[in-house]
Amino acid sequence: MSRIVRTAADLLYPVILIFGLYIVAHGHLTPGGGFQGGAVIATGGALVIVAYSYKEISGWLKKNVLLGREVIGLVGFIGVGLLALAFGQVFFFNYLAGSGSLFGMPVPYGINAGELNTAGVIPLMNFAVGIEVWGGLTIVILYMLSGLEKEGC
Amino acid sequence: MTFADFIITNAPALLIVVPLFAAFLCPVIGKISTTVRNCWVMGMMLITAAIAFILAYRVFATGPVLYVFGAAATNLAVPLDSGGIPIRIIFMVDAMSAFMGIICAIVGVSVLLYSLSSESRNSSLEGYYTLFFLMIAGVFGMVSTGDIFNFFVFLEILSLASAGMIAYRVDGGLAVEAALKYLVLSTLGAILVLFAIGIYYGEYNALNIAMIAQRMQYTMLDKIALVLIVAALAMKCGAVPLHFWTPDAYSRAPSSVTAFLVVASQASLYGLFRVVFTMYNVTMNCVTVGWIIIILGVLSMVVGVTMAIPQKDIKRLMAYHAVSQTGYMLLGVGVGLAVLGNVALTSAFGFMAMEGGIFHIFNHAMYKGLLFLTAGAIVYRIGTRDLNKMGGLGHTMKYTMIFFIIGALAIAGIPPLNGFASKLMIYESVYLFNPILAIIAMVVSILTLASFVKVFHSVFMGPQLPEYAEVKEAPLPMLIGMGILAAICILFGLFPQPVVDMLVAPAVHALADQGGYIASVLGGA
Amino acid sequence: MLWNLPFITVVVLTLIGLVTVLLKKNIIKILLGLNILQSAANLFIVALGYREGGVAPIFTLAPSELMVMPTPQALVLTSIVIGVATSALVLSFAMVLQKKYGTVDIDKIRRLHG
Repeated sequence: MSRIVRTAADLLYPVILIFGLYIVAHGHLTPGGGFQGGAVIATGGALVIVAYSYKEISGWLKKNVLLGREVIGLVGFIGVGLLALAFGQVFFFNYLAGSGSLFGMPVPYGINAGELNTAGVIPLMNFAVGIEVWGGLTIVILYMLSGLEKEGC
Repeated sequence: MTFADFIITNAPALLIVVPLFAAFLCPVIGKISTTVRNCWVMGMMLITAAIAFILAYRVFATGPVLYVFGAAATNLAVPLDSGGIPIRIIFMVDAMSAFMGIICAIVGVSVLLYSLSSESRNSSLEGYYTLFFLMIAGVFGMVSTGDIFNFFVFLEILSLASAGMIAYRVDGGLAVEAALKYLVLSTLGAILVLFAIGIYYGEYNALNIAMIAQRMQYTMLDKIALVLIVAALAMKCGAVPLHFWTPDAYSRAPSSVTAFLVVASQASLYGLFRVVFTMYNVTMNCVTVGWIIIILGVLSMVVGVTMAIPQKDIKRLMAYHAVSQTGYMLLGVGVGLAVLGNVALTSAFGFMAMEGGIFHIFNHAMYKGLLFLTAGAIVYRIGTRDLNKMGGLGHTMKYTMIFFIIGALAIAGIPPLNGFASKLMIYESVYLFNPILAIIAMVVSILTLASFVKVFHSVFMGPQLPEYAEVKEAPLPMLIGMGILAAICILFGLFPQPVVDMLVAPAVHALADQGGYIASVLGGA
Repeated sequence: MLWNLPFITVVVLTLIGLVTVLLKKNIIKILLGLNILQSAANLFIVALGYREGGVAPIFTLAPSELMVMPTPQALVLTSIVIGVATSALVLSFAMVLQKKYGTVDIDKIRRLHG
């Protein structure tokens, strides 16, 4: 792609990344969440992949790193649910909500801007899903592009 | 709380969590070494099976088990502050679900053992085992969920994982072609199910199966939803006239996967029965719906077996027989459904027909799995699946031949194997309902026998062919995998009555008893 | 009449999707048809969740008694995620078929028979 596209992609990628992480982090307060945020980040990856050629990208977006991200996300999601069992609760029980520790603030009533430090395990699961989708969707895009490259497109 | 209590209390959740955990960690563990990975998958599968058996034991001993995800207590289906609406995802394991869980556990263990050697020639097996565990999780989820939308989610997990598995050996594009066909049809079916779920939600404001069952009015919209869901699930379980994906997918998937795809199809069959019996039950016109299912069953039996006879590809032939055997299950349960409203007829032969149909699900999973595994062993050793090119393998593959004979006699309904036990129950009860149907079922059985005699003759009999002189017996893990299924075929054929009394009859009564299901979820409401 | 507009759209989208799936020969177009059908189902469920005067179920923005149930939105999100996975899988199958057969026309992809 031309230099304009590459520069734009370089500039936009961090912005997209931060916006995606914002959506992941605010999943329990605003519309959005893990999948949506992860998908936004993956579009950033897609933008970079489109702007550069596959060869230039492959040293930078490593498949193993992405795969690791996918595994960490999935295991993290299940692990957060399993921790409830370790506390003697039901699977997926929200053991952090209202506990006062991480994400454990009670939700304030009435119309307010929303408090990030609430909702218990839901933000943790959002982060796990976000990381997983980030890795998973980028792998899908990368795989499709590698298929195209081999044909010489 | 001791460890055993912990396992027993959380068994329904662990049934899903353990396979998912195994699946997700498989790519990482596969990086260490092949041996470690094999130990990991086998260990995880054994743990999953053990949990399934513990859960089944608890269900058969003490009654249905309810598990509410994320609630303060495992049996709190209706939260105190929700106004009487069950909002959480629940797992409702009654005798029927536990019965299907046992099938999945047994076939899962033997298929995994088998694939440890049958797949060892291929690379990138991490993906294979990941998809395999996703299929296991999908089946367990489908059979134990008590929430119709959750059922849809697990149906889709199962479809996607199965499609990936069918395409796993690209096979010059042929496997991908079969997988594409399967995937497009499954997605279409899933969208129909989604529309039906939308209708239920719009009408009854609930997704919980028990809640929908309690509020069921059988309006026009419910009829549309019933048609959508029955069409989709009948397609997924491979019943005629929507069976055309079955031979392609079954014949092109790796043989180990095919054996498990049989279980996957039966999970859809379970979904069909669950919707018809638990959600609708006697509120609908049981006679009409029952006859529709009977006709689907008879068509599947006849079309399946007639299409099977001229096949040249051994796995394709067996796939058509799978279609044909699905017909028996539909026939048995359909007869039970058609007389459901009538207490006298139900106790006379309705329950027996259903017991035959449900028992046949179990037996079919065993002997069909066994047959596909033997076909896989033959293909593994000689590299072709064309019946005309085979011959004289009885000289070198003796154990495989014995297992094939057991499977073939069981599918044809020859005593003393398990196929005979369930088919006899179907014949006897269906004869009381309508003699013509019973005669058709017997004729189909004879044709099945004829077809398998032909296969047996062309694969194992005759002089030893020079090109197969070096063919060896299948490796030991494959033989053990087949041996487990063959042993169960013989055992359940010799002692059918205790099995029917202990496993099948509770499952059938749990399926037919709509009030009991609602009461165990909503607490006697 | 205006109330039924979403449902009329659902019917129209379903018909378009079904016609595309059944009549088109190109795998990519079949996938597009499937996606249109999926969207129709999603729109159907979201439209069912609409209540007059209800507000979005965001706890900190709403007076608690007028919130709509978030279930339909949750269902649709799940079904969108599943749709993404399906699309990705169908597309990768189409890529493999293009590589092996040199075409994505389902009339020419017919080596399985019987």
